[in-house]
Amino acid sequence: MTRLTEELKRGLDAPICLTWELTYGCNLACIHCLSSSGRRDPHELTTAEAKAVIDELRAMQVFYVNIGGGEPTIRSDFYELVDYAVGNGVGVKFSTNGSTITKRRAQRLAATDYLDVQISIDGATAATNDAVRGEGSYAMARRAMDQLAAAAFGPFKISVVITRHNVAELDALQALADGYGAQLRLTRLRPSGRGADTWHELHPTADQQIDLYHWLLDHPNTLTGDSFFHLSALGEALPGLNLCGAGRVVCLIDPIGDVYACPFVLHPEFRAGSVRDEGGFTRVWRRSELFSSLREPESAGACASCGSYDACQGGCMAAKFFTGLPLDGPDPECVKGHGELALVGASAASSAPRRGPDHSVPVRLGPRRR
Amino acid sequence: MTGAWELDPQVALRPEPFGALAYHYGNRRLTFLRSPDLVELVRTLGDHPSVGDALAATIEVERRPSFERALESLAESEVIRPR
Repeated sequence: MTRLTEELKRGLDAPICLTWELTYGCNLACIHCLSSSGRRDPHELTTAEAKAVIDELRAMQVFYVNIGGGEPTIRSDFYELVDYAVGNGVGVKFSTNGSTITKRRAQRLAATDYLDVQISIDGATAATNDAVRGEGSYAMARRAMDQLAAAAFGPFKISVVITRHNVAELDALQALADGYGAQLRLTRLRPSGRGADTWHELHPTADQQIDLYHWLLDHPNTLTGDSFFHLSALGEALPGLNLCGAGRVVCLIDPIGDVYACPFVLHPEFRAGSVRDEGGFTRVWRRSELFSSLREPESAGACASCGSYDACQGGCMAAKFFTGLPLDGPDPECVKGHGELALVGASAASSAPRRGPDHSVPVRLGPRRR
Repeated sequence: MTGAWELDPQVALRPEPFGALAYHYGNRRLTFLRSPDLVELVRTLGDHPSVGDALAATIEVERRPSFERALESLAESEVIRPR
Protein backbone atom coordinates (compact mmCIF):
# COMPACT_ATOMS: atom_id res chain seq x y z
CA MET A 1 0.00 0.00 0.00
CA THR A 2 1.61 3.26 -1.10
CA ARG A 3 1.33 6.59 0.68
CA LEU A 4 -0.95 7.80 -2.11
CA THR A 5 -3.50 5.00 -1.72
CA GLU A 6 -3.38 5.38 2.08
CA GLU A 7 -4.26 9.06 1.70
CA LEU A 8 -6.97 8.36 -0.84
CA LYS A 9 -8.59 5.88 1.54
CA ARG A 10 -8.81 8.61 4.16
CA GLY A 11 -10.79 10.67 1.65
CA LEU A 12 -10.17 13.98 -0.12
CA ASP A 13 -11.82 17.39 0.41
CA ALA A 14 -13.51 16.95 -2.95
CA PRO A 15 -14.18 13.89 -5.07
CA ILE A 16 -11.78 13.18 -7.93
CA CYS A 17 -14.76 12.65 -10.17
CA LEU A 18 -18.35 11.76 -9.61
CA THR A 19 -21.20 10.09 -11.36
CA TRP A 20 -24.34 12.11 -11.84
CA GLU A 21 -27.47 10.38 -12.98
CA LEU A 22 -29.63 13.11 -14.45
CA THR A 23 -32.85 11.16 -14.89
CA TYR A 24 -34.41 7.81 -14.09
CA GLY A 25 -36.25 8.01 -17.40
CA CYS A 26 -35.05 5.59 -20.06
CA ASN A 27 -36.28 4.25 -23.37
CA LEU A 28 -34.53 0.93 -22.72
CA ALA A 29 -35.02 -1.54 -19.89
CA CYS A 30 -31.66 -3.30 -19.59
CA ILE A 31 -31.96 -6.34 -17.37
CA HIS A 32 -28.87 -5.38 -15.33
CA CYS A 33 -29.66 -1.65 -14.89
CA LEU A 34 -27.91 -0.42 -11.72
CA SER A 35 -30.56 2.21 -11.07
CA SER A 36 -33.65 0.22 -12.13
CA SER A 37 -34.41 3.05 -14.55
CA GLY A 38 -37.48 3.46 -16.72
CA ARG A 39 -39.84 6.18 -15.51
CA ARG A 40 -38.81 9.75 -14.72
CA ASP A 41 -39.13 10.78 -11.09
CA PRO A 42 -41.37 13.86 -10.69
CA HIS A 43 -38.93 15.26 -8.12
CA GLU A 44 -35.86 15.26 -10.38
CA LEU A 45 -33.60 18.30 -9.97
CA THR A 46 -34.70 21.37 -11.88
CA THR A 47 -32.40 23.10 -14.34
CA ALA A 48 -31.61 25.78 -11.74
CA GLU A 49 -30.87 23.20 -9.05
CA ALA A 50 -28.63 21.24 -11.41
CA LYS A 51 -26.72 24.42 -12.29
CA ALA A 52 -26.23 25.16 -8.59
CA VAL A 53 -24.66 21.70 -8.20
CA ILE A 54 -22.31 22.51 -11.10
CA ASP A 55 -21.37 25.78 -9.35
CA GLU A 56 -20.42 23.76 -6.28
CA LEU A 57 -18.38 21.29 -8.31
CA ARG A 58 -16.51 24.17 -9.88
CA ALA A 59 -15.75 25.71 -6.49
CA MET A 60 -14.53 22.33 -5.21
CA GLN A 61 -12.34 21.92 -8.32
CA VAL A 62 -13.96 18.71 -9.44
CA PHE A 63 -12.48 18.43 -12.90
CA TYR A 64 -15.09 16.25 -14.51
CA VAL A 65 -18.36 14.43 -14.02
CA ASN A 66 -19.63 11.22 -15.54
CA ILE A 67 -23.21 11.89 -16.50
CA GLY A 68 -25.58 8.98 -16.87
CA GLY A 69 -29.06 7.87 -15.99
CA GLY A 70 -31.46 6.50 -17.16
CA GLU A 71 -30.87 7.91 -20.59
CA PRO A 72 -29.61 11.42 -19.74
CA THR A 73 -30.14 12.90 -23.20
CA ILE A 74 -33.93 12.62 -22.88
CA ARG A 75 -33.91 15.58 -20.45
CA SER A 76 -34.88 18.62 -22.48
CA ASP A 77 -32.24 20.70 -20.66
CA PHE A 78 -29.51 18.08 -21.12
CA TYR A 79 -27.33 20.04 -23.53
CA GLU A 80 -27.92 23.27 -21.63
CA LEU A 81 -26.50 21.58 -18.52
CA VAL A 82 -23.60 20.06 -20.44
CA ASP A 83 -22.70 23.46 -21.91
CA TYR A 84 -22.98 25.07 -18.48
CA ALA A 85 -20.67 22.49 -16.91
CA VAL A 86 -18.07 22.65 -19.67
CA GLY A 87 -18.24 26.46 -19.66
CA ASN A 88 -17.43 26.37 -15.94
CA GLY A 89 -14.40 24.12 -16.27
CA VAL A 90 -16.23 20.96 -15.22
CA GLY A 91 -15.55 18.52 -18.05
CA VAL A 92 -18.30 16.09 -18.97
CA LYS A 93 -18.32 12.50 -20.04
CA PHE A 94 -21.79 11.25 -20.67
CA SER A 95 -23.09 7.73 -21.16
CA THR A 96 -25.84 7.13 -23.66
CA ASN A 97 -27.55 4.24 -25.40
CA GLY A 98 -27.13 6.25 -28.59
CA SER A 99 -30.82 6.69 -29.35
CA THR A 100 -30.63 10.49 -29.65
CA ILE A 101 -27.30 10.79 -31.48
CA THR A 102 -28.46 11.99 -34.88
CA LYS A 103 -26.14 13.24 -37.61
CA ARG A 104 -26.73 16.85 -36.59
CA ARG A 105 -26.26 16.12 -32.90
CA ALA A 106 -23.03 14.24 -33.60
CA GLN A 107 -21.70 17.25 -35.49
CA ARG A 108 -22.54 19.53 -32.58
CA LEU A 109 -20.88 17.18 -30.11
CA ALA A 110 -17.77 17.07 -32.27
CA ALA A 111 -17.58 20.87 -32.08
CA THR A 112 -17.72 20.97 -28.25
CA ASP A 113 -14.46 20.88 -26.27
CA TYR A 114 -13.95 18.99 -22.99
CA LEU A 115 -16.79 16.67 -23.84
CA ASP A 116 -16.55 12.93 -23.97
CA VAL A 117 -19.22 10.53 -25.14
CA GLN A 118 -19.59 6.94 -24.09
CA ILE A 119 -21.89 4.58 -25.98
CA SER A 120 -23.08 1.54 -24.06
CA ILE A 121 -23.10 -1.83 -25.75
CA ASP A 122 -22.98 -5.22 -24.04
CA GLY A 123 -21.85 -7.54 -26.76
CA ALA A 124 -20.03 -7.60 -30.10
CA THR A 125 -23.13 -8.98 -31.81
CA ALA A 126 -26.79 -7.99 -31.78
CA ALA A 127 -27.70 -11.39 -30.35
CA THR A 128 -25.45 -11.03 -27.30
CA ASN A 129 -26.19 -7.36 -26.73
CA ASP A 130 -29.94 -7.38 -27.30
CA ALA A 131 -30.46 -10.25 -24.86
CA VAL A 132 -29.40 -7.80 -22.12
CA ARG A 133 -30.23 -4.35 -23.46
CA GLY A 134 -33.34 -5.13 -25.51
CA GLU A 135 -34.25 -5.77 -29.12
CA GLY A 136 -32.86 -3.22 -31.55
CA SER A 137 -30.48 -1.67 -29.02
CA TYR A 138 -27.35 -3.00 -30.77
CA ALA A 139 -28.32 -1.43 -34.09
CA MET A 140 -29.17 1.81 -32.27
CA ALA A 141 -25.77 1.96 -30.57
CA ARG A 142 -23.94 1.17 -33.80
CA ARG A 143 -25.84 3.93 -35.65
CA ALA A 144 -24.71 6.40 -32.98
CA MET A 145 -21.11 5.21 -33.34
CA ASP A 146 -21.35 5.60 -37.11
CA GLN A 147 -22.63 9.16 -36.68
CA LEU A 148 -19.85 10.11 -34.25
CA ALA A 149 -17.22 8.64 -36.54
CA ALA A 150 -18.69 10.41 -39.59
CA ALA A 151 -18.67 13.72 -37.67
CA ALA A 152 -14.99 13.13 -36.77
CA PHE A 153 -15.81 13.40 -33.07
CA GLY A 154 -12.49 11.71 -32.23
CA PRO A 155 -11.90 8.87 -29.82
CA PHE A 156 -15.28 8.36 -28.15
CA LYS A 157 -15.69 5.50 -25.70
CA ILE A 158 -17.48 2.20 -26.07
CA SER A 159 -18.62 0.96 -22.69
CA VAL A 160 -19.26 -2.69 -22.00
CA VAL A 161 -20.48 -4.41 -18.86
CA ILE A 162 -18.73 -7.77 -18.73
CA THR A 163 -21.07 -10.75 -18.53
CA ARG A 164 -20.86 -14.50 -18.89
CA HIS A 165 -22.05 -14.12 -22.48
CA ASN A 166 -19.66 -11.46 -23.77
CA VAL A 167 -16.32 -12.44 -22.17
CA ALA A 168 -15.66 -14.58 -25.24
CA GLU A 169 -16.22 -11.49 -27.43
CA LEU A 170 -13.49 -9.32 -25.88
CA ASP A 171 -11.27 -9.46 -28.97
CA ALA A 172 -14.23 -8.71 -31.23
CA LEU A 173 -15.20 -5.75 -29.01
CA GLN A 174 -11.63 -4.47 -29.18
CA ALA A 175 -11.74 -4.78 -32.97
CA LEU A 176 -15.04 -2.89 -33.02
CA ALA A 177 -13.51 -0.05 -30.99
CA ASP A 178 -10.35 -0.03 -33.12
CA GLY A 179 -12.48 0.18 -36.26
CA TYR A 180 -13.99 3.43 -34.99
CA GLY A 181 -10.76 4.77 -33.48
CA ALA A 182 -12.67 4.51 -30.20
CA GLN A 183 -11.51 3.50 -26.73
CA LEU A 184 -12.88 0.35 -25.16
CA ARG A 185 -14.11 0.62 -21.58
CA LEU A 186 -14.98 -2.50 -19.60
CA THR A 187 -16.75 -2.51 -16.27
CA ARG A 188 -17.82 -5.09 -13.79
CA LEU A 189 -21.39 -6.35 -13.55
CA ARG A 190 -22.84 -5.50 -10.14
CA PRO A 191 -25.85 -7.15 -8.52
CA SER A 192 -27.43 -3.70 -8.04
CA GLY A 193 -30.82 -2.41 -9.21
CA ARG A 194 -32.39 -4.83 -11.67
CA GLY A 195 -28.98 -6.52 -11.69
CA ALA A 196 -29.96 -8.09 -8.36
CA ASP A 197 -32.36 -10.35 -10.24
CA THR A 198 -30.04 -11.25 -13.11
CA TRP A 199 -26.59 -11.29 -11.53
CA HIS A 200 -26.58 -15.01 -10.79
CA GLU A 201 -27.14 -15.87 -14.46
CA LEU A 202 -25.02 -13.08 -15.93
CA HIS A 203 -21.86 -12.75 -13.84
CA PRO A 204 -18.71 -14.31 -15.35
CA THR A 205 -17.73 -17.79 -14.19
CA ALA A 206 -14.53 -18.35 -12.19
CA ASP A 207 -12.72 -19.55 -15.34
CA GLN A 208 -13.96 -16.53 -17.28
CA GLN A 209 -12.66 -14.23 -14.57
CA ILE A 210 -9.19 -15.74 -15.07
CA ASP A 211 -9.48 -15.21 -18.85
CA LEU A 212 -10.61 -11.63 -18.28
CA TYR A 213 -7.71 -10.97 -15.90
CA HIS A 214 -5.16 -12.11 -18.46
CA TRP A 215 -6.90 -10.19 -21.23
CA LEU A 216 -6.74 -7.01 -19.13
CA LEU A 217 -3.03 -7.56 -18.40
CA ASP A 218 -2.44 -7.99 -22.14
CA HIS A 219 -4.42 -4.80 -22.90
CA PRO A 220 -3.22 -2.34 -20.23
CA ASN A 221 -4.68 0.67 -22.03
CA THR A 222 -8.24 -0.60 -21.70
CA LEU A 223 -10.32 1.74 -19.55
CA THR A 224 -11.93 0.00 -16.57
CA GLY A 225 -12.69 2.71 -14.02
CA ASP A 226 -10.55 0.44 -11.77
CA SER A 227 -13.57 -1.83 -11.79
CA PHE A 228 -11.84 -5.20 -11.51
CA PHE A 229 -9.49 -4.75 -8.58
CA HIS A 230 -10.85 -7.96 -7.02
CA LEU A 231 -9.02 -9.79 -9.83
CA SER A 232 -5.66 -8.50 -8.62
CA ALA A 233 -5.68 -11.38 -6.10
CA LEU A 234 -4.85 -13.63 -9.09
CA GLY A 235 -1.28 -12.30 -9.08
CA GLU A 236 0.13 -9.14 -10.60
CA ALA A 237 -1.97 -6.06 -9.81
CA LEU A 238 -4.03 -4.63 -12.67
CA PRO A 239 -3.28 -1.05 -13.77
CA GLY A 240 -5.12 1.57 -11.69
CA LEU A 241 -5.68 2.43 -8.07
CA ASN A 242 -6.93 -0.96 -6.88
CA LEU A 243 -9.05 0.35 -4.06
CA CYS A 244 -12.71 0.96 -3.37
CA GLY A 245 -13.21 4.70 -3.84
CA ALA A 246 -16.77 4.82 -2.49
CA GLY A 247 -17.28 7.97 -0.42
CA ARG A 248 -13.51 8.49 -0.42
CA VAL A 249 -12.71 9.72 -3.94
CA VAL A 250 -15.97 9.07 -5.80
CA CYS A 251 -19.70 9.23 -5.16
CA LEU A 252 -22.99 9.41 -7.02
CA ILE A 253 -25.64 12.11 -7.26
CA ASP A 254 -28.98 10.65 -8.30
CA PRO A 255 -31.69 12.45 -10.34
CA ILE A 256 -33.48 13.81 -7.26
CA GLY A 257 -30.22 15.05 -5.73
CA ASP A 258 -29.61 12.23 -3.28
CA VAL A 259 -25.93 11.52 -2.74
CA TYR A 260 -24.79 7.89 -2.55
CA ALA A 261 -21.35 6.45 -1.85
CA CYS A 262 -20.90 5.08 -5.37
CA PRO A 263 -22.88 4.38 -8.55
CA PHE A 264 -23.51 0.79 -7.47
CA VAL A 265 -25.17 1.32 -4.09
CA LEU A 266 -28.48 3.06 -4.72
CA HIS A 267 -29.95 1.92 -1.43
CA PRO A 268 -31.02 3.88 1.67
CA GLU A 269 -28.17 2.33 3.65
CA PHE A 270 -25.60 4.10 1.45
CA ARG A 271 -27.39 7.43 1.07
CA ALA A 272 -25.23 10.16 2.62
CA GLY A 273 -27.62 13.11 2.16
CA SER A 274 -29.02 15.35 -0.54
CA VAL A 275 -27.70 18.28 -2.54
CA ARG A 276 -30.98 19.94 -1.49
CA ASP A 277 -29.93 19.84 2.19
CA GLU A 278 -28.48 22.93 3.83
CA GLY A 279 -24.81 23.22 2.86
CA GLY A 280 -25.48 21.42 -0.41
CA PHE A 281 -23.29 18.78 -1.94
CA THR A 282 -20.15 20.21 -0.34
CA ARG A 283 -21.44 19.57 3.15
CA VAL A 284 -22.62 16.06 2.31
CA TRP A 285 -19.21 15.21 0.86
CA ARG A 286 -17.22 16.69 3.73
CA ARG A 287 -19.41 16.12 6.75
CA SER A 288 -21.87 13.28 6.26
CA GLU A 289 -21.68 10.50 8.82
CA LEU A 290 -21.73 7.83 6.15
CA PHE A 291 -18.79 9.20 4.19
CA SER A 292 -16.82 9.85 7.39
CA SER A 293 -17.28 6.22 8.38
CA LEU A 294 -16.23 4.98 4.93
CA ARG A 295 -12.99 6.95 5.34
CA GLU A 296 -12.04 5.23 8.59
CA PRO A 297 -9.62 2.30 8.45
CA GLU A 298 -11.63 -0.79 7.65
CA SER A 299 -11.23 -4.24 9.13
CA ALA A 300 -10.28 -7.16 6.91
CA GLY A 301 -12.82 -9.23 8.85
CA ALA A 302 -13.17 -12.76 7.54
CA CYS A 303 -10.52 -11.97 4.90
CA ALA A 304 -7.81 -11.19 7.49
CA SER A 305 -6.29 -14.67 7.28
CA CYS A 306 -6.17 -14.64 3.46
CA GLY A 307 -2.78 -13.81 1.96
CA SER A 308 -4.39 -11.92 -0.90
CA TYR A 309 -6.24 -9.27 1.10
CA ASP A 310 -3.61 -6.61 0.34
CA ALA A 311 -4.12 -7.25 -3.38
CA CYS A 312 -7.93 -7.31 -3.56
CA GLN A 313 -8.90 -5.27 -0.47
CA GLY A 314 -11.84 -7.61 0.06
CA GLY A 315 -13.40 -6.57 -3.25
CA CYS A 316 -16.52 -4.53 -3.94
CA MET A 317 -18.79 -3.29 -1.16
CA ALA A 318 -21.83 -3.14 -3.46
CA ALA A 319 -21.33 -6.68 -4.77
CA LYS A 320 -21.27 -7.95 -1.20
CA PHE A 321 -24.19 -5.88 0.02
CA PHE A 322 -26.62 -6.79 -2.73
CA THR A 323 -25.82 -10.50 -2.54
CA GLY A 324 -26.43 -10.45 1.22
CA LEU A 325 -22.79 -10.94 2.21
CA PRO A 326 -21.18 -9.16 5.18
CA LEU A 327 -19.16 -6.10 4.13
CA ASP A 328 -16.08 -7.28 6.02
CA GLY A 329 -16.00 -10.64 4.25
CA PRO A 330 -15.10 -11.91 0.79
CA ASP A 331 -16.48 -10.53 -2.45
CA PRO A 332 -19.08 -12.86 -4.05
CA GLU A 333 -16.69 -13.20 -7.00
CA CYS A 334 -13.59 -13.73 -4.82
CA VAL A 335 -11.04 -15.38 -7.09
CA LYS A 336 -9.96 -17.70 -4.28
CA GLY A 337 -13.46 -19.17 -4.15
CA HIS A 338 -14.30 -17.82 -0.66
CA GLY A 339 -17.27 -15.88 -2.06
CA GLU A 340 -19.07 -18.91 -3.46
CA LEU A 341 -18.99 -20.59 -0.06
CA ALA A 342 -20.23 -17.44 1.63
CA LEU A 343 -23.08 -17.14 -0.91
CA VAL A 344 -24.30 -20.61 -0.04
CA GLY A 345 -24.51 -19.49 3.58
CA ALA A 346 -26.20 -16.20 2.66
CA SER A 347 -28.88 -17.84 0.54
CA ALA A 348 -29.50 -20.33 3.35
CA ALA A 349 -30.09 -17.34 5.63
CA SER A 350 -32.25 -15.85 2.82
CA SER A 351 -30.68 -12.43 3.30
CA ALA A 352 -30.38 -11.70 -0.45
CA PRO A 353 -31.13 -9.97 -2.72
CA ARG A 354 -31.61 -6.52 -1.27
CA ARG A 355 -33.35 -3.82 -3.25
CA GLY A 356 -33.16 -0.08 -3.69
CA PRO A 357 -35.72 2.28 -5.25
CA ASP A 358 -37.33 0.86 -8.42
CA HIS A 359 -38.21 3.04 -11.42
CA SER A 360 -38.87 0.20 -13.84
CA VAL A 361 -41.71 0.62 -16.29
CA PRO A 362 -44.45 -1.78 -15.18
CA VAL A 363 -44.71 -4.89 -17.29
CA ARG A 364 -47.70 -4.66 -19.63
CA LEU A 365 -49.99 -7.63 -19.88
CA GLY A 366 -51.39 -8.81 -23.18
CA PRO A 367 -50.06 -8.26 -26.70
CA ARG A 368 -48.01 -5.15 -27.29
CA ARG A 369 -48.85 -2.93 -30.24
CA ARG A 370 -45.98 -2.05 -32.58
CA MET B 1 15.60 16.33 -20.33
CA THR B 2 16.84 19.48 -21.97
CA GLY B 3 15.50 22.87 -22.93
CA ALA B 4 12.73 25.01 -21.51
CA TRP B 5 9.45 23.45 -20.33
CA GLU B 6 6.25 24.64 -18.74
CA LEU B 7 2.98 23.42 -17.26
CA ASP B 8 0.60 22.81 -20.16
CA PRO B 9 -2.01 25.61 -20.10
CA GLN B 10 -4.74 22.98 -20.55
CA VAL B 11 -3.77 21.38 -17.22
CA ALA B 12 -5.41 22.31 -13.91
CA LEU B 13 -3.73 21.47 -10.60
CA ARG B 14 -5.71 20.75 -7.46
CA PRO B 15 -3.60 20.79 -4.28
CA GLU B 16 -3.92 17.65 -2.12
CA PRO B 17 -2.13 16.46 1.04
CA PHE B 18 -0.05 14.00 -1.06
CA GLY B 19 0.82 16.64 -3.68
CA ALA B 20 -1.76 17.46 -6.33
CA LEU B 21 -4.19 16.10 -8.86
CA ALA B 22 -3.43 17.23 -12.39
CA TYR B 23 -6.18 17.14 -14.97
CA HIS B 24 -5.59 17.72 -18.67
CA TYR B 25 -8.79 19.09 -20.20
CA GLY B 26 -7.57 18.28 -23.70
CA ASN B 27 -6.68 14.59 -23.41
CA ARG B 28 -8.88 14.15 -20.29
CA ARG B 29 -6.13 12.36 -18.40
CA LEU B 30 -5.85 12.54 -14.65
CA THR B 31 -2.38 12.34 -13.14
CA PHE B 32 -1.30 12.16 -9.50
CA LEU B 33 1.63 14.37 -8.52
CA ARG B 34 2.85 12.44 -5.53
CA SER B 35 4.90 15.08 -3.72
CA PRO B 36 4.37 18.74 -2.81
CA ASP B 37 7.93 19.49 -4.01
CA LEU B 38 7.08 18.07 -7.41
CA VAL B 39 4.01 20.31 -7.53
CA GLU B 40 6.17 23.36 -6.78
CA LEU B 41 8.69 22.28 -9.42
CA VAL B 42 5.96 21.84 -12.06
CA ARG B 43 4.31 25.15 -11.20
CA THR B 44 7.57 27.12 -11.52
CA LEU B 45 9.03 25.21 -14.47
CA GLY B 46 7.98 27.96 -16.87
CA ASP B 47 9.89 30.62 -14.89
CA HIS B 48 13.26 29.00 -15.56
CA PRO B 49 15.33 28.95 -18.74
CA SER B 50 15.79 25.17 -18.50
CA VAL B 51 14.70 22.08 -16.58
CA GLY B 52 18.19 21.99 -15.04
CA ASP B 53 17.79 25.51 -13.70
CA ALA B 54 14.35 24.75 -12.30
CA LEU B 55 15.68 21.65 -10.54
CA ALA B 56 18.68 23.57 -9.20
CA ALA B 57 16.39 26.26 -7.78
CA THR B 58 13.88 23.98 -6.04
CA ILE B 59 15.29 20.48 -5.38
CA GLU B 60 18.36 19.33 -3.40
CA VAL B 61 21.13 17.72 -5.47
CA GLU B 62 20.65 14.14 -4.27
CA ARG B 63 16.92 14.14 -5.03
CA ARG B 64 17.24 15.61 -8.53
CA PRO B 65 17.53 12.32 -10.52
CA SER B 66 14.19 11.03 -9.19
CA PHE B 67 12.48 14.37 -9.88
CA GLU B 68 13.92 14.37 -13.37
CA ARG B 69 12.35 10.92 -13.95
CA ALA B 70 9.04 12.24 -12.62
CA LEU B 71 9.20 15.14 -15.09
CA GLU B 72 9.87 12.74 -17.96
CA SER B 73 6.73 10.82 -17.13
CA LEU B 74 4.76 14.07 -16.82
CA ALA B 75 6.02 15.04 -20.27
CA GLU B 76 4.72 11.73 -21.61
CA SER B 77 1.24 12.37 -20.21
CA GLU B 78 1.38 15.96 -21.55
CA VAL B 79 1.12 17.59 -18.11
CA ILE B 80 4.17 19.65 -19.08
CA ARG B 81 5.22 20.75 -22.56
CA PRO B 82 8.31 22.21 -24.22
CA ARG B 83 8.19 25.95 -24.67
